[in-house]
Amino acid sequence: MIGALVAGITGSGGASLSSYESIATATGTGSSGTITFSSIPSTFKHLQIRGMVTPSIASYLNLTINGVGGTSYSTHALVGNGANPVQATGVTSGSVTYLLGFFSTLSTTQPNVFITDILDYTSTTKNKTLRTFSGYDANGSGEIVVGSSLFLSTNAVSSISIGLDSGNFTTAARFALYGIKEA
Amino acid sequence: MPAGATYEPIATTSPNGVNSYSFTSISGSYTDLRLVIQAVTSTGGSGVTVQFNSDTGTNYSQTDLHGNGTTAASNRTSSDDRWYLSGVTAEGVTSTPALFIVDIMSYSGSTNKTGLITASQDKNGSGKVSRRVALWRNTSAITSITVFTTGTVTGTTATLYGIKAA
Repeated sequence: MIGALVAGITGSGGASLSSYESIATATGTGSSGTITFSSIPSTFKHLQIRGMVTPSIASYLNLTINGVGGTSYSTHALVGNGANPVQATGVTSGSVTYLLGFFSTLSTTQPNVFITDILDYTSTTKNKTLRTFSGYDANGSGEIVVGSSLFLSTNAVSSISIGLDSGNFTTAARFALYGIKEA
Repeated sequence: MPAGATYEPIATTSPNGVNSYSFTSISGSYTDLRLVIQAVTSTGGSGVTVQFNSDTGTNYSQTDLHGNGTTAASNRTSSDDRWYLSGVTAEGVTSTPALFIVDIMSYSGSTNKTGLITASQDKNGSGKVSRRVALWRNTSAITSITVFTTGTVTGTTATLYGIKAA
């Protein structure tokens, strides 16, 4: 096998992409099934949340915005589990939107991961649309999700909560909120 | 709150005339890694795969969701020796560029490693779009990534990014 080696890589290499900034992080405590990013600054155009979730018990991963429940969320998703036909699923007028756990509950043994983008989150004239890419693989089982969510509110997004329907995030769970600037 | 720029290119390579290339000595100073590959090969139907830390054991698995313009399906592999970027049911990489994006979450953490893979391969009348989640059952930090193709790389560019958290 012929190889081309890219050597000498360090963490400080290269120019920074200054339009993508870390806002805040959170970790699981082992005693709570919810984490909240609050007081989100309005100085960005879009938000991205990246997370690795390890629940204490089999559960589902959800997201709410600004502490709002009611019937403010809808979700559409393409879901695969590696065996059954691809499932297209939708939920309307929900009290939360779901990020992962459509075919089955989250894995309690392997990392469940997600990347969620919230577009134009400071708008006060438009409802908010989210897109999510999430999944877990457990070497013989798994779930892959391409999801779209709608938050029926024209208020700017100032807080985001990520939660489990039941159980707690273990201390291995990691969440990071990023802001994406426009020119 | 904001901690400044957090999405940094670590290294870029434009390999030519080879069938593997590596990113080595990856530091642990980021939270996640993102590998972006525009893959082109000189021989048709080539697969693109990755291994971490030179691990050739059967510690890799993945679950995918894909469509080829006619049908959609979901497949998986288990106890395999690599992640497949070009598909569990492979869509070969040819002289038409294919785009692969691999997000590796908590790559330096002490859990097993899970990644999200995006594959975009359109060939004007054929092709495939895929999303997949992949597991590497190893709790070691990822310090090297080797990309393999079954054909000779010609015109490929690959960039590894690091994403920091506050």
